Amino acid sequence: MMAEFLQFLISGLTVGAVYALVALGFTLIYNASGVVNFAQGEFVMLGGMVTVFASAAGMPLPLAALIAICAAIAIGLLLHRFAIEPARGASAVTLIIITIGASILLRGVAAIAFDKQFHKLPAFTGDTPVDVLGAAVQPQSFWVLGGTAVVVLALYVFLEHTLVGKAVLATAANRLAARLVGINTTTIMALAFGGSAAIGAIAGILVTPITLTSYDVGTLLALKGFAAAMLGGMGNPVGAVIGGLLLGLLEAFGAGYISSTYKDAFAFLVILIVLFAAPQGLFGRRVVERV
Amino acid sequence: MRALLNQRFVTLAVLAVVIAVLPLLFPSSYYFRVASLVWVSALAAIGLNILMGQAGQVSLGHAAFFGIGAYAVAIGPTHLGIPPWAALLIGAVLSAALAYLVGRPILRLKGHYLAIATLGLGVLVALVITTESRWTGGPDGMPVERLSLFGWRVSGSYTWYWVTGGLLLVGTWIALNLDETPTGRAFRALHDSEVAAQVVGVDVARFKLQAFVIAAVYASLAGSALAFMNGFINPDQAGFLHSVELVTIVVLGGLGSVVGSIVGAAVLVTLPQALTIFQEYEHLLLGLIIIVAMIFMRNGIVPSLSSLLLRRARS
Amino acid sequence: MSILKATDIGISFGGVKAVDGVSFSVSLGQILSIIGPNGAGKTTLFNIVSGVYAASGGSIHLAGEDVTGLAPHELAARGLSRTFQNLQIFQRMTACENVMVGRHLQEKCRLLPALFRTPSVTRQNRETRAASLALLADVGLKDVADIPAGSLPYGACKRLEIARALAAEPRVLLLDEPAAGCNAVETEEIDHLIKQVAERGVAVVLVEHDMKLVMKISDRILVLERGRPLAEGTPREVRDDPRVLEAYLGQHGAREAARA
Repeated sequence: MMAEFLQFLISGLTVGAVYALVALGFTLIYNASGVVNFAQGEFVMLGGMVTVFASAAGMPLPLAALIAICAAIAIGLLLHRFAIEPARGASAVTLIIITIGASILLRGVAAIAFDKQFHKLPAFTGDTPVDVLGAAVQPQSFWVLGGTAVVVLALYVFLEHTLVGKAVLATAANRLAARLVGINTTTIMALAFGGSAAIGAIAGILVTPITLTSYDVGTLLALKGFAAAMLGGMGNPVGAVIGGLLLGLLEAFGAGYISSTYKDAFAFLVILIVLFAAPQGLFGRRVVERV
Repeated sequence: MRALLNQRFVTLAVLAVVIAVLPLLFPSSYYFRVASLVWVSALAAIGLNILMGQAGQVSLGHAAFFGIGAYAVAIGPTHLGIPPWAALLIGAVLSAALAYLVGRPILRLKGHYLAIATLGLGVLVALVITTESRWTGGPDGMPVERLSLFGWRVSGSYTWYWVTGGLLLVGTWIALNLDETPTGRAFRALHDSEVAAQVVGVDVARFKLQAFVIAAVYASLAGSALAFMNGFINPDQAGFLHSVELVTIVVLGGLGSVVGSIVGAAVLVTLPQALTIFQEYEHLLLGLIIIVAMIFMRNGIVPSLSSLLLRRARS
Repeated sequence: MSILKATDIGISFGGVKAVDGVSFSVSLGQILSIIGPNGAGKTTLFNIVSGVYAASGGSIHLAGEDVTGLAPHELAARGLSRTFQNLQIFQRMTACENVMVGRHLQEKCRLLPALFRTPSVTRQNRETRAASLALLADVGLKDVADIPAGSLPYGACKRLEIARALAAEPRVLLLDEPAAGCNAVETEEIDHLIKQVAERGVAVVLVEHDMKLVMKISDRILVLERGRPLAEGTPREVRDDPRVLEAYLGQHGAREAARA
């Protein structure tokens, strides 16, 4: 009983950590630029795929991972420079379509540059499951959880305790005001895109040993990450992380105790219920419309 | 006033002429199939445009209603012995009912929250369709009994071209009708300023719901038509990617423009067909074209082109 | 016999009492002005009375009926109409269409006839358009009837909002800074318009900063400061009230008012 519960708990937290990172990426870009980036999931895909192919080409795993992160950052910056910047001032829905186009583009590129197969990375510290109070836990889970915690902490430190980080927060709060005090908001937005891409790529590298990767894993991940960000309250980084973890737990427990065929349904069903009760998400600020 | 009346008539007349004349350019039945697909997608898009372009509500799960309409005409005759035309009507009623029930709580949400809620709705419907394989045939889909009306069996790409073309004309006419009515004005008003619409007496919640239900019925009928036409249906028709495609059609063509939805459908349906010659580069090019088109025609094809023409005419 | 009566209205935003213990009443044909420095809670009060915000305390009675907490469109159906300080015109609709939306409650609005554009719908449309054009003429905007409202100059938009509010045939009209950003001539026109409206028997509640206008046309004035009522009375009484002079009008304002 207890072992089973723990099993679900840990696998739920593991996949939830990935959702949390994707949601965090969404939030970072949304806060800096107001754009909902549907290509977010592709960064995760790139993280996994580039690492796989780089290591297959002979590079040691850590180097391959580093290359993957750099590649993702480069793509993130290119996305901002060539798809988002030129459309500055366009309506929100136009920007969403552009990011959707970007996600299709990236998937197309991945299908050509790599292939359409599933790929796996070796677990960082081996495959032997670890016994935690009766539950069999893959060591990679600890890497995922630990890695996520490090990323979240690093992001927190960056935003709250560095000048550039504060500039990002300022841009998020009020872009015009940020520009008026001399912050180069274009650079900040580029930074947000690059940072989001890095976060996504890291998530991909951490989780590929468990869930495998292929050229089209990005879509469903983006959906769930977006859902997690909404659950926590759009624009709230803490909410994004909690939303992601909650989503993972919901899926794991739902699949384990209720029905595994409807695994994906639980997440969205709960989100619908939450939003009906709290239209701004769990931690979203109630914005009073000024008229 | 006279001029505005003419605009509606002209639009319908041009559309009718295009539908009538296009077959002269078609060298094979393949083209009829593609064109029918354009008409069907345009029909669904016009409905979505009423919700998104006029009433200003975003829906990222609209394929759900398309799927309901499609599977209603599949399941009804095959599993329940209902005649196909009745299944079509039942599908529309089911879609309207779902939209009505779920619409009230969902449409209280705004912006991205509304987007994710509609997305969730779409995912849930698609999931049910994919999972209940006893009824729906699961991920592989199921065959659809052909439609027969008064003993006449409606089949063949040629026949369906005219049927879907006719449906599109009717759907366009209805959508254009809305413009000069209190309902249409209420939609557009609540889009521009919900609070101002409210203080002049527009029951914003009621009208959002109306737009949602109308859009659902359009999608359902389009889905049913596609199912009949192909004789086959699979869960992709209700999936997220199809919802995205519908939204892209509406936005690409021009939010709020009925003609835009038709143009958007024409582009987004024929483009992948044209791009298949590039084989593996298909998705890459599609994504690229979407990005470039939205950057340079950020209000959509039809509004951008018409303001370009207006500027040329003035100079 | 007051048509609109607000009693002890209060609201807080995150711990800040934006409005606290405000009461007023206005009769048909009367013009009540609410004045006070920026941040006094005037627009917030309007938002409460027109149903946009929900008050945390107090009650509102419209023609004797308790309408506290009703939604804006329900209040509109009971004869309450308003304009906005930060313009809320329908930018992408034409000026005429803006006013036609104002006629919404006067129209029969059924879905199926609309979808098929029956002759009765077409006829009603013509009538609504005619009524709207007449209202536009009243505010001097007949020439721009078919121009998108978003491209009209600021002063025209202000008048458009008034026309739209009047289209609903209200018994009570709330005007939130109708003369803001208007020059002397435009303000004179607004002044004339408001007096006309009141003469037709509508109760007008006005928020304004232009002291000349306020002193000239008001029957009664309510002064707010930091969300609380400071003074109430006729223009003369308020002008001479030392508390008001001290808190709001100051030396410059007092001189301005004396000249009005």
